[in-house]
Amino acid sequence: MDKIIIVDIKRCMGCHSCELACSVAHSINKDLFQAIREENVQIPRIILDHCDDTSFPVHCRHCEDAPCVIVCPSKAMSRPTETGPVVLDKDKCIGCHACIIVCPFGVIKKDRDGKSLLKCDLCFERLEAGKEPACVEACPTGAIKFVTIDEATKMKRRDMMKGYIVVMKQDMGALKE
Amino acid sequence: MPKELKYADEASKKMVLKANEENLETVWDRYEKMQPQCGFGLMGICCKICSMGPCRIDPFGEGPRTGICGANADTIAARNLIRMIAGGAAAHSDHGRDIAHALLMAAQNPSSDYTIKDEEKLKAIAGIYHIQTENRDTREIALDLARAALNEFGQQEGTLVMAERAPEARVKRWKELGIMPRAIDREIVEIMHRTHMGVDTDYRNLIRQGLRACLGDGWGGSMIATELSDILFGTPNPIRGESNLGVLDKDKVNLIVHGHEPTLSDIIAYVCQDEKLIKKAKDKGAAGIQLAGICCTANEILMRHGIPVAGNFLQQELAILTGAVDLMLVDVQCIMPGLSSLSNCFHTKLVTTSPKAKMPGVEHIEFHEDHAVKIATTIIEQAIENFSKRDGKRVVIPKETKGLVAGFTSESVFNFLGGKYRASYRPLNDAVIAGRLRGAAGVIGCSNPNMEYEEGHIKMVLELIKNDTLVVTTGCNAISCAKHGLLQPENAFKYAGEGLQEICRAVGIPPVLHVGSCVDNSRILTTLTHVVTEGGLGNDISDLPVAGAAPEWMSEKAVSIGFYFVASGVYTIICRPLAVMGSKNLHDYLTDGIEKEVGGKWAFELDPVKAAHMMLDHIDRKRKALKLKPLMYEQAYKPKDI
Repeated sequence: MDKIIIVDIKRCMGCHSCELACSVAHSINKDLFQAIREENVQIPRIILDHCDDTSFPVHCRHCEDAPCVIVCPSKAMSRPTETGPVVLDKDKCIGCHACIIVCPFGVIKKDRDGKSLLKCDLCFERLEAGKEPACVEACPTGAIKFVTIDEATKMKRRDMMKGYIVVMKQDMGALKE
Repeated sequence: MPKELKYADEASKKMVLKANEENLETVWDRYEKMQPQCGFGLMGICCKICSMGPCRIDPFGEGPRTGICGANADTIAARNLIRMIAGGAAAHSDHGRDIAHALLMAAQNPSSDYTIKDEEKLKAIAGIYHIQTENRDTREIALDLARAALNEFGQQEGTLVMAERAPEARVKRWKELGIMPRAIDREIVEIMHRTHMGVDTDYRNLIRQGLRACLGDGWGGSMIATELSDILFGTPNPIRGESNLGVLDKDKVNLIVHGHEPTLSDIIAYVCQDEKLIKKAKDKGAAGIQLAGICCTANEILMRHGIPVAGNFLQQELAILTGAVDLMLVDVQCIMPGLSSLSNCFHTKLVTTSPKAKMPGVEHIEFHEDHAVKIATTIIEQAIENFSKRDGKRVVIPKETKGLVAGFTSESVFNFLGGKYRASYRPLNDAVIAGRLRGAAGVIGCSNPNMEYEEGHIKMVLELIKNDTLVVTTGCNAISCAKHGLLQPENAFKYAGEGLQEICRAVGIPPVLHVGSCVDNSRILTTLTHVVTEGGLGNDISDLPVAGAAPEWMSEKAVSIGFYFVASGVYTIICRPLAVMGSKNLHDYLTDGIEKEVGGKWAFELDPVKAAHMMLDHIDRKRKALKLKPLMYEQAYKPKDI
C-alpha cells in the first residue's frame, strides 16, 4: 500500500463528520441530502468510538497480511490488487463472522439487515478518481490524514525532534553562560 | 453497557436497574448513545446563524480560523452564548408574563378562580411601582399592579422599575455600564438582532447585551413571576414535606404535575381535595388521590401546600417506570420529549396543557386561566378513570422518601433569625461579621447526565455547609438536597460546621434553605439586597462574602441565571464549562476581565469539592476586603493566606 490513513486523536473533536462523509461516499447519489433518503441508507464504515472521554475514529487498517482475508472461507474478503485495499464482496459473503473474530481492530461491522457485513474499502473509487478517502477530506481539523508511510514516519520524527531541539538549545544556552 | 447510578438516591438507582431489566430506554441510555459528542458544539465554535454556513473554527489552527463571513471564534462563541441567554430569559419571563396575566384576570373578574391571597405583599410590590394603596380596594390595586408588571415586558421608554430594587450602588453601576434593562422583551429581541448575520462582532459588546437581557430576567421576568405568584397563591412559609419516588402510593390514584408554572398546579392542589373527586376515586377502588410534583412546579406547590415532590429533572422518566403513575400532567420547560414513548410502555396517561408545548400523539387538554377549576377537574377525572387500567403486576414503587422543610423566602426566613417581633436581617449580618458564618452560597440548577447524577450537587453542598457556609437552594438542586436529607433541620448537626450548627440550633432551620423554583432565584437576589441594606457588609452585592453555583447545569435558563448572578456581582461557578472553550478571549473575559466591570465572574471546575473550595476562597477574599473578624471556629477547609 502506498498510502495509509493515520489518526491524530488529539485533534479529533468527535463531530462525526467522518461518519457522515463515509455514508455519503458509499451512497448512490453521493449527496448528503439525497443519501439520507435512499432506500438502502448507507451506514458508515468508519466508527467514531470513544474511550475515557476521548473520541477516536477507527476503521480498517488494510493489513498487509490481513487475517480476515486468510480466514474467509468463501473468498469474499480479498485484496484484488497488490497495492490496493482489502475489500469485501457482499455477494460472496456467507455471514460466518470469522473475519469479525480475527480482526484485531474490531472494525468489521454488521449492515442494516443484521446479516451481511460492512468494512472500509478505503474509498477505492475515489482514489481511482484521484481523490482522498471521504473521511480524510471531511475531517475539519486534519485529525485523519492519508499519507505515505514515509510521510507518516517523517511527521513523527519531526515531532520527536522538536522536543530534543528545545532541550538541546537550553543546554547550549547554559554552556554559553 | 447498562447504566448504573453510583451516587444518586437509592430510589433512582433502583428505577434505573428496573429500566435496564425491562430494556426501556432512559436519558442515560440516550446520553451513552450520543457519545462522543461534537467538540465544536461543546466549545461553542460552530455557527449556523446564516446559510453561508454552517461554519466551524478549527481550534487547532490548521483549518479555518474564521467562518465564511469572517467571524472568528470569539464572535461565534459569544453570539451562541447570548442566544442561550435569550432562550433562558425568554422562558423565565414568559412564565412571569403568564402569572401577571393571571393576576390581571383575578383583578378584573370577581368570579375568577384566582384570588388575591397575600394582600400585604400586593401592597408592598405595588409600592415599588408607586401605585397608590391607601384606602383602595384590593382588586383595584391588583389591576394597577398587573398592568404595571405587564408594561415592564413591552415598554418603549425608561428602564425596568423592578430592577431599581437592587442596591443603589449596583443600579448605578448598571447604568454606567449601559446594561440597565429597558424592557424585558426588548433585550431578548435585541440579542436576536445583534446576533443576526453581520451585526455585532465584538465579543465584549455582545456579552454586554447578554448581561442586559439576563438582568431583565432575574430582576424582571423571574422576579415578577415570584412576587406575583406570592400575591396570587400566597407567600410561602416554612412547611414540612416529603420527597422522592416513594411518595407515590400504590393504593391511590397517582397524579403527577411536571413543569414550571403554578397557575394550573396550584389549582390542581386545591381541586384534588374535592370530596366528590375523592369519592369518585374510591368508587374506582382507589384509597384516594395522591398528588405529587416533578421539577419546579413541584417546588411551587411544595412551598405553598406541602404537596410531596416525586423527583427532579432526571427522575421524570423514573416516575413513569414505577408503573404507578395514572396521569402525568405537563405544562412548560424541562419536559423530556422521551416521556411520550416511555409512557406508551405503561398505562400512564401523559397530558400536555400549554398551547406552547404539545407533543405528537399525546393528549392535549388546553389550560385556560378563565376555566381553571373546570379544566383541573377534567384532568383529575381522567387520572381517576385511568387508575383502573393500571397493571398491578408491573407496579414497583421504591420505598424511599425523605422528609424536608421548604418554603423559605427573603421575607420569612431571615426575619425569623430576628425573631417574630423584631424581624430583621441583623442577626444574619452579625453572624457573618462575627465569623460564626463564613458566608453564604446559592447552589441551584438542573441535573445533567453528563455528570454522575447528584454527585456534583451533594458533594458541593456538603463541603460548603461543613465550612460554615449557609446554603440557599432552588430548582432541581433543592430536590436533590431534599432526597439526601439536607433539608432536615436535625441534619445540621450531622453535616454542618460548628458555627452554622449554632445558627441552625438557635433558629431551628436546616443548613440548606429551600427558597423555591428556578424563577425563585430572584428571591436570592432580593435576599442579597436586604443583606446589603441591613449594613455592615459593604455597599453592594459584589462586596458580600457569597458565591453561587449550578454544578450540574443543563438548560439555557441556567445560563441566564448564572449570568444575572454574575451581572449582580456574584462569583458563579459551574462544573462543566459554558460553550466558550473554543475562544480564549471570551473565556478569559468571562472568568476574569468581566469582574472589573460588574464585580462578579464565572468559574468552571469539574470537581465539585474543588469548586466548593474555590467558592470558599472567594468568600474569604471578600471577608478580608471587608476586614471582617477571623472565623469563630476551626474550618475543615482552612482559609488561605490571601
